[in-house]
Amino acid sequence: MRHPATPAGVPSTGGGRIRAPLPFPTAARSAVADDQLRANLHRATRTIRGKRVRAVDEVPDWAALRDAGAAIKADVQRRLPELLERFEAAATAAGARVHWARDAAEACRIVVELTRAAGADEVVKVKSMATQEIELNEALAAAGIAAHETDLAELIVQLGDDTPSHILVPAIHYNRTQIRDIFRRRMADAPADLGAEPRELAEAARLHLRRRFLEAKVAVSGANFAVADTGTLVVVESEGNGRMCLTLPQTLISVVGVEKLVPSFADLEVFLQLLPRSSTGERMNPYTSMWTGVTPGDGPQDVHVVLVDNGRSAVLADPVGRSALSCIRCSACLNVCPVYGRAGGHAYGSVYPGPIGAILSPQLTGVADNASLPFASTLCGACADVCPVKIDIPEILVHLRQQAPHPVAERTAMRTLSWIMRSPRRWALALRVARRAAGPLGAWRHRRTGTRTLRRLPWPASAWTRSRDAPLPAPQTFREWWEKQ
Amino acid sequence: MVGKAVTARAEVLARLRAALVDAPTPVDVPRHYRRVAESVDLVELFVDRLVDYRAVVHHGFDALPRLLAGVDRLAVPDDIPGHWLTGFAGQVRRDTPPLSPADLDGMDAVLTGCAVAVADTGTIVLDAGQAQGRRVLTLVPDRHICVVRTGQIVGLVPEAVARLDPRAPQTWISGPSATSDIELDRVEGVHGPRRLEVVLIPDDDVIAPGR
Amino acid sequence: MRIALFITCVNDLAYPQTGIAVTRILRRLGHTVEFPVAQTCCGQMHANTGYRAEAVPMVRGFADTFDGYDAVVAPSGSCTAMIRDQYPRLHPAAASVAGRTYELSELLVDVLGVTDVGAAFAQTVTYHPTCHSLRMLRLGDKPLTLLRHVRGIRLVELDDATECCGFGGTFALKNAAVSTAMLADKCARVRETGAAVLAAADNSCLAHIGGGLDRARSGVRAMHYAEILAMTGHYA
Repeated sequence: MRHPATPAGVPSTGGGRIRAPLPFPTAARSAVADDQLRANLHRATRTIRGKRVRAVDEVPDWAALRDAGAAIKADVQRRLPELLERFEAAATAAGARVHWARDAAEACRIVVELTRAAGADEVVKVKSMATQEIELNEALAAAGIAAHETDLAELIVQLGDDTPSHILVPAIHYNRTQIRDIFRRRMADAPADLGAEPRELAEAARLHLRRRFLEAKVAVSGANFAVADTGTLVVVESEGNGRMCLTLPQTLISVVGVEKLVPSFADLEVFLQLLPRSSTGERMNPYTSMWTGVTPGDGPQDVHVVLVDNGRSAVLADPVGRSALSCIRCSACLNVCPVYGRAGGHAYGSVYPGPIGAILSPQLTGVADNASLPFASTLCGACADVCPVKIDIPEILVHLRQQAPHPVAERTAMRTLSWIMRSPRRWALALRVARRAAGPLGAWRHRRTGTRTLRRLPWPASAWTRSRDAPLPAPQTFREWWEKQ
Repeated sequence: MVGKAVTARAEVLARLRAALVDAPTPVDVPRHYRRVAESVDLVELFVDRLVDYRAVVHHGFDALPRLLAGVDRLAVPDDIPGHWLTGFAGQVRRDTPPLSPADLDGMDAVLTGCAVAVADTGTIVLDAGQAQGRRVLTLVPDRHICVVRTGQIVGLVPEAVARLDPRAPQTWISGPSATSDIELDRVEGVHGPRRLEVVLIPDDDVIAPGR
Repeated sequence: MRIALFITCVNDLAYPQTGIAVTRILRRLGHTVEFPVAQTCCGQMHANTGYRAEAVPMVRGFADTFDGYDAVVAPSGSCTAMIRDQYPRLHPAAASVAGRTYELSELLVDVLGVTDVGAAFAQTVTYHPTCHSLRMLRLGDKPLTLLRHVRGIRLVELDDATECCGFGGTFALKNAAVSTAMLADKCARVRETGAAVLAAADNSCLAHIGGGLDRARSGVRAMHYAEILAMTGHYA
């Protein structure tokens, strides 16, 4: 991509794995038909939902923490350019090198160059949504650099030649037996008699990665938070693979979306409470690492931060939609979403699935490029209730539906309906016409309940009657009843 | 087209400034959450949380020799208080010169102190300060024995954050290494130490001064 | 107190018995209900499907029609939520009437202070809290409180009650596969209760769940809870 000689300063959409290749309804249709997938998702999301409720209910000031978290993030969005410059200055002063990337391709190029400069042909990776988003592994592979995912779920997905289907648990669509099969097939050093117990599978991953960790020269991470005042980066994790990557190699490259900032170190006191309880339903995740530039004699001595826009400026430009940038990637909204629970993450076609993906991906790409995602929700509101930073996901969904291109037939029908409904006279007439039109359709009378329903309607209403009976217009509308009184 | 290309930095910042043309109203951050724990027995709460993570908790300084009796090779930071090792018959490997990852991989255990601990979340924070050493020390050995003075325990996360220096590399540890990646079932023990043992000692058992 | 009934478009067409029930309950409690005939639709389907411009004339019409009443009552959690939540943004002049618009249980419990409406209904009933009544209006257990005071009723708990049924307005057509999968689970939970009647605060959701129950010939009857509150004698 060529970049101009003067800053265009136009908020721009991004690239990478954020565009749904198939419309959501099409992708979801095959996912829904996969009984194994639905069973896996049902089991996993149900477990985590229960844990989250217990972890949140024991915190008496949860509402106050959410209020603070939402406000801090809103403040960050308002002051983003200033805070980024402050972060850059602090991190640089502490010995880190800060790089900037306009888009996915540029971010990948920077990581490739830094890895080559470190003389490495492989990197170990900490689970990171940003690097999934920019398709870094593919870019590294194209440059002859092997990327080894070290988070257990990312490893499963990588060995399975698959893509993540959940923000927190990328392999949520697999059960233990399927994971064992992937390990047996693709992990060279896995024992031949490897069992399907999670403990055994975790042990196999431990042994598989141990030597890689001890010998790695370059690690690539993301960051959960970046502190503007101090230049500190924070990675929140469970397994210790993050600590291995952040501590052992000589070179550490962290790819960080520009929205990850928090103004001050003290602000972490809010997010370190909100994130683990919302995410894994734990009081605290096993390991949180924080580092500020280079610490002589302790950890990587060659430390880089790549700040990535890739569409975030376009999200920021929408006053209604920008709060999607508050997301701390906890995935609580996925776990409670009844649509995600049936369709799974792959149906969203982006690294960001679920309710947050349905508002984030279309904003990162422009709504026209992900037009079906804002409609991938019943607007039930369960997501907004659990969001630790109070993103009003249903409101943003409705807002984005405004911008989505509408099918011509639908638009005509909706306009006609609006024209009818804005006039009481036309509406009253339409009610009578509807009743008469339904007459010849033939009602079905249910013996036990006495209700009369329609069992088959022509397109487009057939989408309804394929799985449910439809109500009949009543013999007498309410307004007719009222007039007769 | 000739001319020096604009840096990505300038372009990204210009885009973000342009995105904020609506000049969003300033935000007052409400901080009505608890900053200090109400009077609770911090030690009891801390122990309860640790046990919940399946960390092993020992009370009193006397526990230490018993614990170490089962250890052959023990890694320690340079500035470990000498009396913590009283009676230890095994091999002590101090981190000077720095132990290599391979050296550490051959250790049975590592013994350290900590900077601060959070009762509410059962968290131990290491900041490379006194008796803690480099981050890698508590990472590679499979067993981490951590001495926590009761006076180091605070109630809530904000109290711990207030005590810490952001410039120090920090590791917040809450139980042994774990994963929930398979069916969201929690399993202890992946890459980090699979055993975390905490020795709680009274606050008057001060660490010997000097590093 | 001048109370106006907003019947909602779906009820006007297909569920007049719900509006009749609301009228009877309020009259039984000694109130006069008016029905402004100029009313049509709240505009929710348009607003939530991305046709805001097409929704605004309906919002304006609602504001004009219901101006001057002390309270507007609607037997729909979803339409009430649309009015209260979205009207002030879509048409600021509608904010005032939006603030005086109540879902039936809100009017009865919060405004009129009634929990026993003198109903009798000898059936086993399970209650599905519809999403907008649960999460936007925060009705809590107001409808259930009213149902608990119904003589002869046997209320049985619905598993996973707070999970969406999969209706979602145009979602039911645009994402029919996912909607149907959600419906299947909701119907299964309803049938597990053994209830003869499924009650809820929204006939739109009930058309969906009831349509699924009817398709399976379950024999479970879907009823707006207002119709139960209107009953005074035997099961009609």
